[in-house]
This record gives sequence, C-alpha cells and structure tokens, in this order.
Amino acid sequence: MIKLYNYDLSVNCYKQRLMMGILGIDYESIPVDFFPGQEHKSEAFKEVNPLGHIPVIVDGDYTLRDAHAILVYLAAKYDPSGCWYPSDDPELIGELSQWMLFAEGTTNTASAARLHDNLGYAFDIDALRSGAHQLFRVLDEHLWFREREGKDWVCSADHPTIADLAIFPDVMLSEEGGISRLPYPAIRRWTERVRRIEGFTIMPGIQEAASLAI
Amino acid sequence: MTTTVEECTDPVALSLWHPVVAVAELNPQEIQTTLLLGYQISYGLRNDGSLGAARQDQPRVELPVRSRYGYLWVCLGEPRGDVFDIPEAEEADRRTLNAASIMVNTSAPRAVENFLDMGHFPFVHGGFLGVEPHTEVVDYEVTIENSEVWARQCLFYQPQAAASASGGQISEYTYRVPHPYCVMLTKSSPTDPSRQDVIGLFIQVMTQERIRAHNFLSVLDEDSSDTVLKRFQQIIFSQDKPILENQYPKLLPLDPRVEVPIRADKSAIAYRRWLSELGLTYSVIPGDQNSTGQATTGQRSL
Repeated sequence: MIKLYNYDLSVNCYKQRLMMGILGIDYESIPVDFFPGQEHKSEAFKEVNPLGHIPVIVDGDYTLRDAHAILVYLAAKYDPSGCWYPSDDPELIGELSQWMLFAEGTTNTASAARLHDNLGYAFDIDALRSGAHQLFRVLDEHLWFREREGKDWVCSADHPTIADLAIFPDVMLSEEGGISRLPYPAIRRWTERVRRIEGFTIMPGIQEAASLAI
Repeated sequence: MTTTVEECTDPVALSLWHPVVAVAELNPQEIQTTLLLGYQISYGLRNDGSLGAARQDQPRVELPVRSRYGYLWVCLGEPRGDVFDIPEAEEADRRTLNAASIMVNTSAPRAVENFLDMGHFPFVHGGFLGVEPHTEVVDYEVTIENSEVWARQCLFYQPQAAASASGGQISEYTYRVPHPYCVMLTKSSPTDPSRQDVIGLFIQVMTQERIRAHNFLSVLDEDSSDTVLKRFQQIIFSQDKPILENQYPKLLPLDPRVEVPIRADKSAIAYRRWLSELGLTYSVIPGDQNSTGQATTGQRSL
C-alpha cells in the first residue's frame, strides 16, 4: 500500500489525498508533526526527504517527494483512463506542464501567506499577497475565456486534469492568508466545479459543495 | 502588515494573565517577539530556566510572568491574583501538551463562543464531534460560580469524540469560562470514565481582531502518540477557522438586542452578560449599561 507522509493542514499533502481519493487508491497516512513539532526538519525525517518537506510518498520501494511530481506519478500510474495526466497529447501535456508550474507560484504566494497568517512564519506578507493577486487575476481571466468556449477546466480538455488539483487547494484556502476571492468570479465558479468532481475529499477549511436542488 | 495597531487601554484586559507561548516550544536564550493587546513584546527562556518578558518600548521593565499548564503567561498591568486553577491538570499521571498555537483573524470572545457552541458540531465537524441528523442541543444548565461561567450536563451524540474514541457515543461535556479569553471543557476520559479529560482554548489576544489560539490538552491517554493527539485537535480547530473568520462584526456585541440567540446559546448569553458585568471593553462592542442585567451575586441559575 502507498504510504503518504502527511500533515492534515498542509495544502500540498491535501493535493495527494485529493488525487488518491478521486482515483480510489487506498493509502496509509503517516502523520508528521509539522506544527508545532517541526518533525519534517528532524534528522530522522531527512532520511526520507533530505529537503525536509512534505509530502513524500513511498510506493513499494519507490520514494517520491514534491507535491506536483507526486500528482504526475499517481495519475500516470493509477489512472487507466489517462484523463488526469494525458501524456499522449503533446499540446495538452504542454499546457498541463505550464499550469503545474503556475501552481508552484500559487503555493509560494497564496499558501505561503496562509503559513504567515496561521502559524506565524516570518514572510513578507504584503509581497506574498500581491503576488497571489497577480496570479489570481491571470487565472480568473483564463477561466473566464475558457467558459466562453464551453470549457470547465484549467487545461483545454473537456475533463479535469492534475493541473486543476494542483492549483485548487492554494486558491481555496487563500482567505486564510488574507487573500479574498471576491474579485474573481470565474475562479469561484471553477472551485465550485472542482468540489463536484466524483470522489472529491475535503480538508479542514474546505467544505463539500452544497447539494444541488433537483 | 505595517498598519498601526492600537494599544489596549482597557484596565480589565490589562490586569489579566495572558498566554503567550508553550514553554516547551522555547529554546534557551532565544528571544521571541509577539503582539499582546496591541503591544509588541519580547519574551524568552533564560539559561537558568526562568522566563522573562518585556514590552519592546520599555525593554528594561520586566513584566509579571507565570509558567502554568505548560504556557508562559504575561500580565501587562497589575495582576489580580494568579492564573486560574485547573485541578485536573495537576494530577501526576496526565499528558499535558499544546496541540497547536494557531493565529486567527477574529476576536477572542468570538472564538470563546464558538468553543462553547454545540449546535454547530454536526455541520462543521461532521464525522467527528457530530453528525446529521443528530442535531438537537438538549437543554443544559448554566451558572455563574466564583465569577466564572459554567455549563453542565451538555449532552451530544458524537461519532468520534476524541483521537482515542472508536465508534459513536453520547458525550457529556462540562464547559468552564474562568477568564474572558480562556475557555475549557471537561469530559469523561475514554480510558478511565471516572476521570476527566480537559481540552482548553487559551487565547492570546494579539489585537482586538487577531488572536493566537493556544490549544491545551490534558488527557489520560497512554496509547495515542503526541502527533495523533495534536492532529485531532488541529483538524477540529481548522474546521472552525473559516467560520470564525467570516463572522461580522469581529468584535463581540454585548448588547443582548444586537444578535438574536436561540435556546442552545444559553452559555453564550451568560458569557456575554458576564463580560458586561466585568466591564471588559477590549475585543467587544460594549452594550447599553441599562440593558445588561444586574450585577453578579454569588451563584445564579439561568
């Protein structure tokens, strides 16, 4: 069984929990005392990941770190439909890689702001918030034009991909870092769609979508 | 942020002991800084194990400090008495720890009221502290005793009441508010039902609308690791966080006509009235003096 070095309040660990929930993968969660224990910085944990951060997965004798790399691996290996990581379509996979790098940006701004506001990390909060707003403006405009084309997701496929899962948690918890989503209506509609993906799982701070009246 | 923060002038808040940090998270000789009631303060652990704290604008004036229940407590004025007692936590065979210190953009009294409220369990903590359709808050008893708010016989169906619980149960809580910004509950321990586990929320009031909530645990649980115990509390608290941050106004209105309570809010009604009687003005919107009821006289049932 896959082991996930996990912290429940981490957005990057949530990305893996989300993917495994959607793909119906059973996994064992190994809780890491990220806060206040700083266990990920301990010598023992550096045996698992010398960079000292989570998540890390262990699948048999294969160990992989970095949230977005793990998403690629899980989708490539465990999604027989090939939808979540469409590696046989060069244009689509190029787009997807572009948005995965975008997600590094949302992690390093919006989610870093959350660490500052929740846990007191000594970051330049004004720079993080304005950086997040710049990215959110780009994403909102992009999603708005997608909707005009009748497309629901970050990439141009007619189904969600790991790019949606990589960006969604950073965006969805942005208010915890003082970054309002009120100015971004297309982002808000997209987060609603993500929350309706079959197999969607929640985390503290992210609720299920309200049930639709029939 | 570089916005100017207003320093507290409320004599009631200034005379209180305020939790500032879990002592176990301090390294000797490392000076840390934080905000308390709008004042920048520095604090630290000396080599001899003693604790110290001072306002940054008055670095030579030592502030009164206490080390109790694993936390450093600081008073910015003249303290009245000691930090409140927690008799259960004094027992030798307990595990006492800080589950987390998490900052939230809300006022301390809003967080205290959320802690007192059982009505939200099935909706916000579904699968843990409550589950639909078990949504009823049955009547419970609220009293003021020794200038503290107590709520007893608080019964609620809980699918997973604690990290160590296996399966649903009707939990009975006793809530206690011994301090305007600190609240705790006791409930019978899953490992020894004749004794009580204690969960507390000791709030550091950074400003009127920003807090650092120190999540205190004192439990009889020899099996769960610290990580598992902390994890459970952190999940619960983080589920509350977005709710708290979306309550407006952030300051708690003490005028009973401003927000309409329901029967399940009995403890919150008593808490607001008690804050009025203490004369607290920091982190609240004080009510009309004529509508806050009579002064505290010993024990009173609601």
